[in-house]
Amino acid sequence: MRVNFTVNGRPQEADDVWEGESLLYVLRERLGLPGSKNACEQGECGSCTVRLDGVPVCACLVAAGQVEGRDVVTVEGLAQFARQRAAGGCATGACGTPLDEARRWQAEGTGPGTGEDAGLSPVQQAFIDAGAVQCGFCTPGLLVASDELLERNPNPSDADIREALSGNLCRCTGYEKIMDAVRLAAARRSEEV
Amino acid sequence: MDFLRPASWEEALAAKAEHPTAVPIAGGTDVMVEINFDHRRPEYLLDLNRIVDLYEWETGAESVRLGASVPYTKIMENLRAELPGLALASHTVASPQIRNRGGVGGNLGTASPAGDAHPALLAAGAEVEVESAARGTRLIPVDEFYTGVKRNALRPDELIRAVHVKKADGPQQFSKVGTRNAMVIAVCAFGLALHPATRTVRTGIGSAAPTPVRAGAAEDFLNAALEEGGFWDTGKIITPSVAKRFADLCSAACNPIDDVRGTANYRRHAVGVMARRTLTWTWESYRGARPAPEGAA
Amino acid sequence: MPSPELPIPSVRGGAPVGAPSKITQGSRARGGVGESTLRPDGILKVTGEFAYSSDLWHEDMLWGQILRSTVAHAEIVSIDTSQALATAGVYAVMTYDDLPTGVRNYGLEIRDTPVLAHGKVRHHGEPVAIVAADHPETARRAAARIKVEYRELPVITDEASATAPDAILVHEGRDDHHCGHVPHPNIVHRQPIVRGDVARARRRADVIVEGEYTFGMQDQAFLGPESGLAVPEEDGGVHLYIATQWLHSDLRQIAPVLGLPEDKVRMTLSGVGGAFGGREDLSMQIHACLLALRTGKPVKMVYNRFESFFGHVHRHPAKLHYEHGATKDGKLTHMKCRIVLDGGAYASASPAVVGNASSLSVGPYAVDDVDIEAIALYTNNPPCGAMRGFGAVQACFAYEAQMDKLAKRLGMDPVEFRQRNAMEQGTLMPTGQPVDSPAPVAELLRRVKAMPMPPERQWESSEGPDVRQLPGGLSNTTHGEGVVRGVGYAVGIKNVGFSEGFDDYSTARVRMEVINGEPVATVHTAMAEVGQGGVTVHAQIARTELGVTQVTIRPADTRVGSAGSTSASRQTYVTGGAVKNSCELVREKVLEIGRRKFGSCHPAWATAGLLLEGGKVVTEGGEVLGDLADVLEEEVVEVEEEWRHRPTEAFDLRTGQGNGHVQYSFAAHRAVVEVDTELGLVKVVELACAQDVGKALNPLSVLGQIQGGTTQGLGMAVMEEIVVDPRTAKVRNPSFTDYLIPTILDTPTIPVDVLELADPHAPYGLRGIGEAPTLSSTPAVLAAIRDATGLELDRTPVRPEHLTGTA
Repeated sequence: MRVNFTVNGRPQEADDVWEGESLLYVLRERLGLPGSKNACEQGECGSCTVRLDGVPVCACLVAAGQVEGRDVVTVEGLAQFARQRAAGGCATGACGTPLDEARRWQAEGTGPGTGEDAGLSPVQQAFIDAGAVQCGFCTPGLLVASDELLERNPNPSDADIREALSGNLCRCTGYEKIMDAVRLAAARRSEEV
Repeated sequence: MDFLRPASWEEALAAKAEHPTAVPIAGGTDVMVEINFDHRRPEYLLDLNRIVDLYEWETGAESVRLGASVPYTKIMENLRAELPGLALASHTVASPQIRNRGGVGGNLGTASPAGDAHPALLAAGAEVEVESAARGTRLIPVDEFYTGVKRNALRPDELIRAVHVKKADGPQQFSKVGTRNAMVIAVCAFGLALHPATRTVRTGIGSAAPTPVRAGAAEDFLNAALEEGGFWDTGKIITPSVAKRFADLCSAACNPIDDVRGTANYRRHAVGVMARRTLTWTWESYRGARPAPEGAA
Repeated sequence: MPSPELPIPSVRGGAPVGAPSKITQGSRARGGVGESTLRPDGILKVTGEFAYSSDLWHEDMLWGQILRSTVAHAEIVSIDTSQALATAGVYAVMTYDDLPTGVRNYGLEIRDTPVLAHGKVRHHGEPVAIVAADHPETARRAAARIKVEYRELPVITDEASATAPDAILVHEGRDDHHCGHVPHPNIVHRQPIVRGDVARARRRADVIVEGEYTFGMQDQAFLGPESGLAVPEEDGGVHLYIATQWLHSDLRQIAPVLGLPEDKVRMTLSGVGGAFGGREDLSMQIHACLLALRTGKPVKMVYNRFESFFGHVHRHPAKLHYEHGATKDGKLTHMKCRIVLDGGAYASASPAVVGNASSLSVGPYAVDDVDIEAIALYTNNPPCGAMRGFGAVQACFAYEAQMDKLAKRLGMDPVEFRQRNAMEQGTLMPTGQPVDSPAPVAELLRRVKAMPMPPERQWESSEGPDVRQLPGGLSNTTHGEGVVRGVGYAVGIKNVGFSEGFDDYSTARVRMEVINGEPVATVHTAMAEVGQGGVTVHAQIARTELGVTQVTIRPADTRVGSAGSTSASRQTYVTGGAVKNSCELVREKVLEIGRRKFGSCHPAWATAGLLLEGGKVVTEGGEVLGDLADVLEEEVVEVEEEWRHRPTEAFDLRTGQGNGHVQYSFAAHRAVVEVDTELGLVKVVELACAQDVGKALNPLSVLGQIQGGTTQGLGMAVMEEIVVDPRTAKVRNPSFTDYLIPTILDTPTIPVDVLELADPHAPYGLRGIGEAPTLSSTPAVLAAIRDATGLELDRTPVRPEHLTGTA
């Protein structure tokens, strides 16, 4: 079957999709967006967390056919998403992405990743700075979940952070540096305000 | 495999009538796991995501008509006052990501004894609204809905449209035991609702029998004890012996198995502990909400 | 796409937030050794661009799928692949009969593992056939159409069934180097260690304490599934992009099965989503290569989580019997123990795990009279091998339980009792080997005990109890009822590096040149970066040794010599040591060039001890002799050199004596738990750790390792266990629904106190750190639960039924 939907502000079309395929598979194997990770494919680990019409969900449990006409944000689009939100734009993408924005996003993805001008979102930068990344396999899902938490609750308590991230397993860090990263992102944001 | 995408409820019923083996998929939190792990290859997947009214709820005088696909997150956020037991149960479902997708319709459709919504529905009192193109709507009392392990009273051409849950007329509680502090399938679960309007107590037990069950004998015992002791009127503390007897009868209502998540003995034991605690919590809350009796300190 | 080269960004000021730590920073080179520089792959990892082995894609690629046995022990009567082959979209189906050469087995030490089952399957989930098709679903459907007829055999599941007189041999006709000294062919390896005179020492004991302990089967549960992409090459070879812990070990096992010389099997490390020992053995490597060579197309294979539980070895479950004696004044008299490790169907790392379990079975204590035996069994249970802590973990759980029992019997404080018996520098190991670097066991215990206690009843708030902070968490099982606090301590010892005479080395190629007027170093090793941060440290070492800012880390591959395994807490020590060594050699060459060019200009060029700092050649006194850019100009200096730590010896097979280990690593934990004693649910409130790291090359990464290792130990204490049905030897919980690892709500704050006592034998004085925190975490939590409940608790993980008498 064919599925049309929007990913990170850009219209996408996937063809010859097997009906049992998940959104995760379509993103990773058909659209060249492997940032969302395939750690458990049973909704237990959160490493495939994406925003579906703004709501954090496990992409592995969304059937590809269910995203027809809908809007998805993945870790690859998180920086752009955060920028739009900060600019007061429509971060959910429901109102469409201007063409020049979309072009800029595309150019960003091809960068060498040297970091000086990587244009990271605050939560991405905080994860690096706080040492919250080790193997990094849980990181994309945690970033999407953390970003959404801070969007809802700019000043979360530790218990709030733990509850919001309880669907994202990490096997490397023992979560301490992840807690630090979210606290850091929240603190930096409150300094800016 | 075919992917059916009805745009309306009527189209969905028609599709289900035409393809009775079609597997409805809404939040996908059960169905997609089975597909990803190659446990199931349905001929048809019947996507219910486009049917908007499944995501809506209406609060009536007596009950809340809860659309089958209303995500648990919405229940937690919006129906805490009307459906406190179900809101508590919703909060224990898996993870935020799952709660954003899954709804009570899926829990009922899967009818796993471990489904978190069941004990709360049993305790509150609920009716499942199901419909087929051929025979229209019928309401199934939730007590009669579960017919076996992962089996329910749905006919092959029927779909779950909503569940009518009685609005709380008193305190409700829900507890669930798992071996992890979040994101865990119930080893066993317990729901309890006080119904001061009818002076009754209702219960629901999850994951401790082939189906979700009420602890009927325990309810009968407690209803009689509360009535005889005048507890509803005086609001006095429930005597430990009554609470213990109630807990024992709740344990006795279980018919659990040993499995990888826990032993049958543990399940019986834990249901008793949860029964006693949830009774205490709800009763304390009931007492606290009553006007203080005259002369009370 | 394989990972691009990783140029190291200049360092940001990323101070760790929140974690109490006593690490002091400082280094002469910016971004050098001792600083918390940030990961060079961090940006790629947070943007989703970092290419893990499951992210690879190739034009025209096929998907590989394995058909696995549905039974644990059976003869294969027949395999019919005709329907699978006839499936549209299927390019190849292969079984044992299709293997290209006579080498059809692989294995880390003993080549006992069939690439595809031959005539028999020995465990549930053993690979029987492989399929390549144009879509994963096509491959799955085809695999499901392969008909395998099994004739089931009785299963061997424990020591009694393995060593019964009429026991079926899991492996008939063994000819490996251990088969001559084991008491039964179903025993992989046996290591006794005898020292002193236990019978005599026993008579001095005022109290004797015995215990029988059970340690469950733990899974590494790395998040990145086994996966890779094999691309056939024009010269008849194959290029494998893979997530592994040791490229060259894989290569040594893969090439002979393919019938290719090693130089025709090129291997490049892809992004690795965690490892923890679970990627020491091969998983899908050979299968993907076979299918690629057979079809002439690139083949991608990715396990799902279900398959992953069958696709790698687990931590050995163990039965441990211990006897300790002590005098009234709290001195240990003797120790006897017998450790039975279940190795499962194939040897994997079992022999080395036996060596570790036996030689570290006393723990970090001074005991002169010991009688130790450790064995690993062949059974039909899932194969077990390496996991973080490697044999030392199981022993630590048991000996620490013993320490608490002894302290209780003697009426002593458990920490003081441990301190009284703590080993120190100079203490002899049971193997007779002296501990020849700092062993601050008593000090670590003192430090962890001195840390402030978490406040009581943190779950209380003005709005009522916060269930998220109570046992049961969001499941709302208690509002404080039945909740009792407990505190427990534990300390452990882990060896660092490969032991027992293994030629443990690494190789580093370091290159220095001037690019755009700036000196740049390039480091190329085959070290598997699995998340631990080795790439960060290599860049730091290069900056410190070569005085450069810009360092490029080349992707790990087999075009450079072996780095050894990312195991045994060894990579910072050994590959770090190799990078340091190669940097020093590069520096000498650079200085030689400088002397040649400028030696006549300044007499200081002739002095010893010149350094490279800040892009310049400087004297020890800090005088600048010249710019590296001017010294090197167009010249490129490159060195590839192997580096070894001190040699070790094998343990004597009869007495266990021998200088078998290189270095030791010590950590101590204090666990504070709150137990719902009625429901048997546990909330770990805090898990404090003190560890000696020798020298923290990257303090932020050190904390990450300690906290991560601690949390894996917590999981083992209260939730993690692969459950194998004893009647069928089948795995009952191969999924993340039923194999539970700690969530962020299960994990407490983990304050860390880092001690840095240099090991004079190691580069920069460092100590391997990755494993030690996994050892003592589990017994500390168990001790705290015992403290809260008063129960004996002789198994881990402890489950609610064990705490409520409803097992």
